[in-house]
Amino acid sequence: MTAPRDKFGRPIVVVTGMGVVTSLGAGKTDNWAKLTAGVSGIRTVTRFPIGGLRSTMAGTVDFVTVEPFSSTGLTERLADIAAEEAIEQSAIGRKGDFPGPLFLAVAPVEVEWPQRIEVSRAVGKPDFDYNDILRVSGGGKFAQLHHRFMFGSVASHLAEKFGTKGSPISLSTACASGATAIQLGVEAIRRGETEFALCVATDGSVNPEAMVRFSLLSALSTQNDPPQAASKPFSKNRDGFVMAEGAGALVLESYEAAVARGAPILGVVAGCGELTDSFHRTRSSPDGKPIIGCVRKTLADAGMTPEDVDHINAHGTATPENDKMEYLAISAVFGDRATQIPVSSNKSMVGHTISAAGAVEAIFSLLTLEHQRIPPTINYEIPDPAIPFDVVPNKARDARVTAVMSNSFGFGGQNASLILTREPA
Amino acid sequence: MTEPKEAWITGIGIVSSLGEGLDATWDALNARRVNIDDKRFAPYIVHPLAPISFDAQIPKKGDQRQMEAWQRIGTYAAGLALDSAGIKGNQEILGRMDMIVAAGGGERDTAVDMAILNAEARGNSAPGFLNERLMNDLRPTLFLAQLSNLLAGNIAIVHGVSGTSRTFMGEEAASIDAARIALGRIASGQSDITLVGAAHNGERPDILILYEFGDFNLKEKYAPVWARDKHGGFALGSAGVFLVIESRAHAEARGAKPYARLTKVVADLAQRKQPGAVTRSLEALWSKLGVAGDIGGLITGATGAEPVTSEEKAFLNEHRRCAVRATGTMFGHTLETQFPLGLALAALSISRGALFPANDPTGLELELSEPPTQIVVVGAGHWQGEGMALVEAVKQV
Repeated sequence: MTAPRDKFGRPIVVVTGMGVVTSLGAGKTDNWAKLTAGVSGIRTVTRFPIGGLRSTMAGTVDFVTVEPFSSTGLTERLADIAAEEAIEQSAIGRKGDFPGPLFLAVAPVEVEWPQRIEVSRAVGKPDFDYNDILRVSGGGKFAQLHHRFMFGSVASHLAEKFGTKGSPISLSTACASGATAIQLGVEAIRRGETEFALCVATDGSVNPEAMVRFSLLSALSTQNDPPQAASKPFSKNRDGFVMAEGAGALVLESYEAAVARGAPILGVVAGCGELTDSFHRTRSSPDGKPIIGCVRKTLADAGMTPEDVDHINAHGTATPENDKMEYLAISAVFGDRATQIPVSSNKSMVGHTISAAGAVEAIFSLLTLEHQRIPPTINYEIPDPAIPFDVVPNKARDARVTAVMSNSFGFGGQNASLILTREPA
Repeated sequence: MTEPKEAWITGIGIVSSLGEGLDATWDALNARRVNIDDKRFAPYIVHPLAPISFDAQIPKKGDQRQMEAWQRIGTYAAGLALDSAGIKGNQEILGRMDMIVAAGGGERDTAVDMAILNAEARGNSAPGFLNERLMNDLRPTLFLAQLSNLLAGNIAIVHGVSGTSRTFMGEEAASIDAARIALGRIASGQSDITLVGAAHNGERPDILILYEFGDFNLKEKYAPVWARDKHGGFALGSAGVFLVIESRAHAEARGAKPYARLTKVVADLAQRKQPGAVTRSLEALWSKLGVAGDIGGLITGATGAEPVTSEEKAFLNEHRRCAVRATGTMFGHTLETQFPLGLALAALSISRGALFPANDPTGLELELSEPPTQIVVVGAGHWQGEGMALVEAVKQV
C-alpha cells in the first residue's frame, strides 16, 4: 500500500467521481466514445438568429432545455447533470449530503437580452431610457430575475441540491476557470481543511452578445462551413476558437479517505501550477515566460520532471496566438521531447467550453489514463510547420500513458496547469 | 499538521465616497461625514465616489481607457494598498505575490442598450437585428472592461502583481471567501503574501435595476442603516478596498510594520428560507471565532435590506456590550467590497488605537472609550452568504 502522503508530506488528492456533458452528449461513456471516434460536436447555431454574425457555429448543448431559457439557467442545468454523475460514481455521502465544500467555475453572470427586453416592455412609452426601466423594475413583478442573475445563484443552487458544506465558492479565471476550481479543491484537501471537495465547472453561455464579444476581439473562427471543420488546433489554417458549452464535475478526496471507504480511485491530481502574465489583457508575453513558469511550477508541485509526463492535453484553442505560444512554452520546458510527446486538443471536437474547459479536459485526461487511448486532434489536414507537435492527428491512438499534463490559459493573464496520474506516486 | 502561521495585515488601500487613503477616510469617519447623491438616480440614493485623480496609481492613460469605472476604482485601491505595505514596484515580491479579487461584472454601454431596446419596442427588430447592432455598436474592448477576472488582470498589468490570480464571484460572500482562502493559504504555508480585495461602482443604472428587481434599493430618503426599519433597503456605494496580508515571518524578514493581525475568517451559507436562519448562522460563526465574551468592537456590513438586517440585529442583541459600527451608514452598500472594507477599518482602528465614533440615532451603536485590541468583522449578504473575521492587535514577542 502506498503512503497516503506525497513526497512533500501533503495528503495525496485522488479523483473518485467524474461527470461530464458537452455538445457530444451527456455522460462519460457517450463523450468518450465520440471523442475517440473523432466526432465533432460543432454545428451551426439554431438557438437564435445568426444573421449579422461573423461566426455562426458553436458547440451548443441543444439536448438540454431550460424554461424560461437563459444562459445562466442552462449553465446551472449543465452543472447539475455533471455533478449528479460524479457524485453517483463516487458513491459519496448520502443523497443531498455531500461531505465537503463546493468550488464552482462559472461564467460571469448578467441580465440577458430576452429578460432585458421583457422588462423594458413594461415601460409602456416611446423613447425611454435606463432610468425609465429602473422605475418599473420593482414591486415584485421581476423578483425572480434578481435571483437568476446574481453571480452566486448557480453555486447556491448546487450547494442546496447536493448539500455541500460551508460557503460555496464561485470563481472565474476566464478560460482557466475549470483548472482553478480543481486547484482550489486540491489546496483545501492539502491544507487538511476537508477530506472531500466537489469541483464543478460549467458554461452554457452561447448567446448573441457572448458570440459578438469574442468576435469583436477577433478570437473566433469564421470558417463557418462546414461547422464541424472550423476548430483546427495547431493547423496552419487555424483562425480562432469555436465557442462551446459543457460542464465537468470531479469529486476530489484525500487518498486516505478514499481507501478507507473503498472508493473507486480514478486518478490522482499530482500537481497544480499557476502563474500570472502581466503583459497584456488578451495576449501572452512574447517571450512566453509566464506560461513556461506555469508549466515548470506544475511539474515542481508534482515533484516530476518533463520525462515523467507522457501526454499533454493541450489548451489548443486554435487561435493563431494560443497555439504558437503553447508550443513555445512546451518546447522551452520539454526540449527535444516537445516534438515526440503526443499532444492533443479536445477543442478540435467539443470546441472551447470556456469556463468549463479546464475541468472537462481534466476529465478527458483521466479517461485517457483509464483507457490508455489518446483522443485525436481532428481537422488536422494542414500542419503548421512552426508547431512540430505530434498532435495525434485525426485518429485516436493507443498508447502507454502514466501522467498527463492539462493546460489552461485565459484572458487576463490567467495560466493554470494540472498533472494527472493513474496511480499515487 | 504544523502550527498555523500568523498572518498580518501590512497594507491597506481604500477609496470611497469619503475620499481616498487612510487619513482622509479616518478623518471623515471621525467627523461622521456621509456623502450621498439623491438626485442623479432619484428617487434612488447612491454614495458616489469622491473625486479621484486616477493618474496617481494608473499612470498610463491607455490603461485607464481599457478599464471601466469599477476596474479603475479597484486598480487604484490596489495601488494604495501596495504603497501602504511598502512593496510598490518591488519586482521580487510582486512577481510571486498571490492575489484573490472578489468581483462582480463591469458596466454596460447604456447608449447601445437603449438604442436596441427602443428600436425593439417600436417593432423595428427583424431577426438578426440584435446581432447587427451589437456587432456594429459595441466597442471591441468593452468586453475586457466587463469581465470579472479583468480587475485582477488590470492589477497585474498596472502594478505587476503576478504570482497567482484568482477571482471569486457571488456578491457579498465572494470577498468573505477571498479573505478566508487567503488566510488559509498563508496559515498553511501555501502563500507568503497575498493581495485581497474588491471594487464596486454603485453609480450604474443597470446595477440599480438588478437590485430593484428584488426591491432592495433605498428610496426617497437617506437614513442610517439601523434607522431604516420600515423602509428597508440599501443605498449602493462606490468603493475599492484592498489589503496586503502576509505571514508574520515574511513581514518581519522585510521589516514591514503590521496594522493588525488577521486571526480568523469563517463563512456560512444559511438556508434563509427558514426564519431566524441568519441569526443562528451568525451565532454559530461567532462561536467559531474563539473570542472570550463580548469584545470591544464589531464592524458590520449590514446592508439595511430586510429581513436579513433584522435577523442580524437579533444576533447583535445577544452581544450588547460590543461597540457596533455599520459601514453601510457611511459608505453605502458596496457588495463585494463591504467585507474587505470592514477588515480595513478594523485594522485601521486597531493601529490608531481607537474605534471611530458611532453614527446611529437609534442608540444601537455604543461609544468605545478604550483602544480596541480585538475587532470582529461581520458580513451578512443581502440575499445570501454570511461570514465573520477576527482582527486583533499584534502581540509583540
